[in-house]
Amino acid sequence: MNALLIRDLRLAVRAGGGFGLGLSFFLILVALIPFGVGPETELLARIAPGILWVGALLSCLLSLDRIFALDYEDGSLDLLATAPLPLEAVVAVKALVHWLTTGVPLTLAAPVLGVLLNLPWPGHLWLMASLALGTPALSMIGAFGAALTVGLKRGGLLLSLLVLPLYVPTLIFGAEVARRGAAGMALETPLLVLAGVSLATLALLPFAAAAVLRVNLR
Amino acid sequence: MPDLGKYAGSVLSAYAVSLLLLAVVIVVSVMRARRVKRRMEEVEARAKHAR
Amino acid sequence: MASIWEYANPRKFIATANRLLPWVGGLACVALLVGLIWGFFLTPDDYRQGSTVKIIYLHVPSALMAINGWFMMLVASLIWLVRRHHVSALAARAAAPVGAVMTLIALITGAIWGQPMWGTWWAWDPRLTSFLILFLFYLGYIALWAAIEDDDTAADLTSILCIVGSVFAVLSRYAVDFWNQGLHQGASLSMDRADHVANVFYFPLLVCMSGFVLLFVALVLLRTQTEIRARRMRALLARERMA
Repeated sequence: MNALLIRDLRLAVRAGGGFGLGLSFFLILVALIPFGVGPETELLARIAPGILWVGALLSCLLSLDRIFALDYEDGSLDLLATAPLPLEAVVAVKALVHWLTTGVPLTLAAPVLGVLLNLPWPGHLWLMASLALGTPALSMIGAFGAALTVGLKRGGLLLSLLVLPLYVPTLIFGAEVARRGAAGMALETPLLVLAGVSLATLALLPFAAAAVLRVNLR
Repeated sequence: MPDLGKYAGSVLSAYAVSLLLLAVVIVVSVMRARRVKRRMEEVEARAKHAR
Repeated sequence: MASIWEYANPRKFIATANRLLPWVGGLACVALLVGLIWGFFLTPDDYRQGSTVKIIYLHVPSALMAINGWFMMLVASLIWLVRRHHVSALAARAAAPVGAVMTLIALITGAIWGQPMWGTWWAWDPRLTSFLILFLFYLGYIALWAAIEDDDTAADLTSILCIVGSVFAVLSRYAVDFWNQGLHQGASLSMDRADHVANVFYFPLLVCMSGFVLLFVALVLLRTQTEIRARRMRALLARERMA
């Protein structure tokens, strides 16, 4: 399991792995928003938590199809499926790697980009906390979507269509935490629910994703 | 025709759009059913002939 | 008494559906005609909503079928995963576009009704938002069916998507409730209907609802037949190419 984790991390960090691509996309997206809605700092500050959350979610989406595609093409996914390691664990590791290479950088970058959007101060902390709690769920749901579309030639667009509706609960609670944090309101309830959604996703979706992969490898 | 008052436009457009959508789904289903049935019978006849 | 699983035999299903279809379809037509004419021409205006109350005869039944259509797909998906009856998977496939159209009708009639009543076509109200999300789920489900060539693979994958999607759809429903307290009134119908819809509106509404249910059943029967035939045709064509 560790060996798989290290191998996948190396592959992701090495050139062509798409590492940093999501991050650049996030930066560009956030930079474009003021051009669209105008430069008033008050307006930007008010919509900043939502923009940052949606931006992080879209950046996350960008690298999803890479989770299984490369291993599927060169056949190493078949090897992994017959390895003693259960496929559920393989899926979980893949999602973990995706999270480490996109979720974590996005979480770290979000407060910096928050400055660009004039996010009020305590909001940075809660934005990071909500992203740290929510992005694992985004990666896991994404891994499920990637497993569904792994055999398809043009799966990228379909993947987005399948995954985005599944992101709704995470987005709602995550952005709610960030918004309430920025406004200095009480936020225990959405924070706890967000954590609950993430934990349930992490606990249950590996099984669904592994079942889907088995069908696709048949 | 009942007097629909000032909301006539809303009510009539709601009925028009809904009935149109229902009609579309019905017509599409029926046409596809006919087409597929005909083509399947053709293919089945050919399969029997070949045997 | 024959077991219900006998109808999982495609031939038997087609024969039964052929016998049922004229009846179900005819009844659906009658119920829809009676319900809509009764509702449209013979009911009074509501004292607050004016004549827009007539939209209820389309809005509520289509919303009902939008949700129950998804539920039927969920049940059919589970049956396919457990018992591997092809008819079940194909019935889920057949129901999806019908359910999507029902969702669309509910959304559009809701918007048209909301414009004069709430003063806006669209409000990010929990019920409206959840229906929009439901519509997106339908689209994804249909797209996945269309994208995969192998029938059994497609059936397996869409079934799992349907189950996971159902969980997330329910979750979204609660999330959306939390996110925004809405304008939408509570359910129009419930067990104690005294405080909901008055009898004048209630009976034609019931007829319309049964009409929509029957129409849904008729369409699903017809479309499932089509899917079975299309599948058989593909199998025969494949064999032909092999020979």
